[in-house]
Amino acid sequence: MTAVFRACPVTGRKIDAQAEALIRVNAVVSIVSLLIGAIAAVLLVLTRWQAVHLLPADWFYRLLGVHGMSMLIFFILFFEMAVLIFASTVLLNARQVAPKVGWAAFGLMVVGAVMVEVLMFAGKADVLFTSYPPLKAHPLYYLGIILFAVGALIVVGLFFANLVVAKRERTYEGSVPLVTFGAVTAAIIAVITLLHGAAIYIPAFLWSLGLMNMDAQIYRMVWWGLGHSSQQINVAAMVAIWYMLGGLTVGAVVLNEKVSRVAFVLYILFISMASAHHLLVDPGMGSAWKVVNTSYFMYMAVLASMIHGFTVPAGMELGQRLRGIGTGLFDWLKRAPWGDPGFAALVFSVVLFGFIGGITGVTIGTEQINIIVHNTLRVPGHFHATVVAGTALAFMGATYYLIPLIFRKKVAFWGMARIQPYLFAIGMVIFTMSMTFAGSFGVPRRHWDISFSQAPFDLQFSPAVDLLLALTAIGGLLAATSAFMFIAIAVVSVFFGQPLPDLSGGYPIAGVPLGLTNPPRHAPDVDARNAELHGPKMGWMGPAPGTLALVGVFLAAFIVYFFVNWKVLSFVWKIG
Amino acid sequence: MASETHTGLDSPKGVWWKPAHRTERLWVGIAFAWCLVLFAMMPFWHWKGGQNPSGIRRRVEPAKFFARTQEFIKQYQVGTESGIPVVEPPPGADIYLTALTYQWIPVLRLRKGAEYTLHLSALDVNHGFSLFPLNVNFQVVPGYDYGLRVTPTEAGDFRIICNEFCGIGHHTMVGRVIVLDESGNEVGRSGGAQ
Ligand code: HEM
Ligand SMILES: [Cu+2]
Ligand SMILES: [Cu+2]
Repeated sequence: MTAVFRACPVTGRKIDAQAEALIRVNAVVSIVSLLIGAIAAVLLVLTRWQAVHLLPADWFYRLLGVHGMSMLIFFILFFEMAVLIFASTVLLNARQVAPKVGWAAFGLMVVGAVMVEVLMFAGKADVLFTSYPPLKAHPLYYLGIILFAVGALIVVGLFFANLVVAKRERTYEGSVPLVTFGAVTAAIIAVITLLHGAAIYIPAFLWSLGLMNMDAQIYRMVWWGLGHSSQQINVAAMVAIWYMLGGLTVGAVVLNEKVSRVAFVLYILFISMASAHHLLVDPGMGSAWKVVNTSYFMYMAVLASMIHGFTVPAGMELGQRLRGIGTGLFDWLKRAPWGDPGFAALVFSVVLFGFIGGITGVTIGTEQINIIVHNTLRVPGHFHATVVAGTALAFMGATYYLIPLIFRKKVAFWGMARIQPYLFAIGMVIFTMSMTFAGSFGVPRRHWDISFSQAPFDLQFSPAVDLLLALTAIGGLLAATSAFMFIAIAVVSVFFGQPLPDLSGGYPIAGVPLGLTNPPRHAPDVDARNAELHGPKMGWMGPAPGTLALVGVFLAAFIVYFFVNWKVLSFVWKIG
Repeated sequence: MASETHTGLDSPKGVWWKPAHRTERLWVGIAFAWCLVLFAMMPFWHWKGGQNPSGIRRRVEPAKFFARTQEFIKQYQVGTESGIPVVEPPPGADIYLTALTYQWIPVLRLRKGAEYTLHLSALDVNHGFSLFPLNVNFQVVPGYDYGLRVTPTEAGDFRIICNEFCGIGHHTMVGRVIVLDESGNEVGRSGGAQ
């Protein structure tokens, strides 16, 4: 089959029709999963808000499983499949290799996902998304996950095939762009992850059929080899999108290709160790193993994130300064396109991922501090800041660009789109912080009734907890509302949207992100300007002084939070 | 963009392995140093700190562990509460606490300042040991005995919340630990069986 290309009206890139179609269907299924997950989320927060306590116990646990699978697995992974296809074709002017195989893989993933959803809703898989044995689900539940994973593995294989063919057919010059490099990182981690997945779900499937035994602790260890590595796919994909949105919205430049790429490689090297921070207070492993592994051998993956946390905003700052926008410390930020939802989503994703998700994550993933954290609400408080406020929000921001670029439609409900990232970020800040504080009172996660009305002994949390759970619900509802706005925008744009108008006029158009109508172009003498900004003129703080100040604040917050937790730990009983 | 300066969407041309600017190197250095501190705190706390999840760990048949718990109860039982045996072992004893859907067996009466070895395990599925209101948490895994040396540092009336999903009755799974003061008196009794 010969590939059919069209030219992108904005960037001039060649876009293969088959790649485009695959990107579309993956994006659509992703959004459908988000809808299911978000409806479940509303019911969950309204149940955990003890004053409302909406769902009965069985449906609370059932929908908790549905929420976890629909969001973390289906929404995120279908979107990532779209990102992989995009990065290996559109960004390289390349064609989609073996599109029929691509469709078959997509079909497998959909069949697997539908099987899992049906069994969960039917009450045949009330095991939550972790499905720790000896809790047992229907065998078809495990089979559904296996089918989904096989499909995903095939898409990852096609991604690599696309890269090889693009290189051979010389569709681009030089090295792959950094964004594609980030996608390559995500894809390599995906292979490692999916192998762990096979190592655990195939035995679990056989076990559910009564064909073999399953050790509860070994399951937890291998399962988290899958469960956590998959989070590193999300991080790598999210960082790749940060670089992409930075380039599209403010002409962010790559400070140094070497530094950014080495940071991506660190993710790959140390990822398999990450399952440890889920097992820090488990009986199966010793402390030496826990310390070495939870620190990814001395926190090398954390180092990588801290590097991106500097180079991404610094690239944006430089992108602005190179175009003559802003001279003081923060002018570049003040005079940024805040009305562009792609830009707002990018900034909030970086800030919330770093300040809330990152700081809490490293702290609670410390061997001993985990004693005062494990399985409390501090855990969902942390990961909603990483994978939701970070990854999901970055994906939302990217969607505002994908709608015109890939679907060739205007973004519907433009006014709503412009405020959607703000609402999501505010909601998530309230939601994650309240859960984190509630968790520090010992409020358990995955729990239907913390009034313990049917328990043999009475137990009363501090009244502050009621307030914190009410705030959790309010924050959660704001974020969920914003998620529904996003879904409405995406669905209406894609299926009923107006065709994209001519963008060459150079003036803003409602429904089209500013980065497309008024692309942040650099002047022809940009290299000279760049050299000047890197010279002595900028003083000791270098070319991106605003960013340097911001990461200083970040580091200070990190240090304080980390040591406060050690202090709190030192107050509890002696344990050894 | 054909120039040297480019965005993450453009292919870098030629050799991109170039030295980084001073400020970038500075940040990488600071971040690396901080990562070493993050790492070093863990061995440090094993050496100087009072709270570590090390414990004595071994595999155990769930049924055997439960039998051991019942033997322990027979030895030290002092009463019954809500149908659950109450046990007062002497300081220094090995304590056996079994988690099963949806109970913590037995109720413990401990002495402030005394060290015990608390053995945790589960009879059926995973459970979560969460000591309220201290917020001390451990995973309880069937087939594994987690023997933690604990020293209660304050007297009081404590609860054990199950904080790992263990089935439809998960939220009813609450146990009790009473810590007596040095002279063996109960303090601050806040309620109890309901
Ligand atoms: C849209 C706003 C969202 C709200 C209001 C929300 C709310 C919640 C709530 C209330 C819980 C239950 C916490 C507990 O009781 O343990 C939860 C769990 C969870 N959420 Fe979300 N969530 C949202 C979005 C997401 C997204 C986008 C993802 C993934 C990408 C996600 C992943 C998860 C996971 C993995 C769990 C844990 C499930 C479990 O413990 O089995 N959430 N969420
Ligand atoms: Cu339990
Ligand atoms: Cu439980």
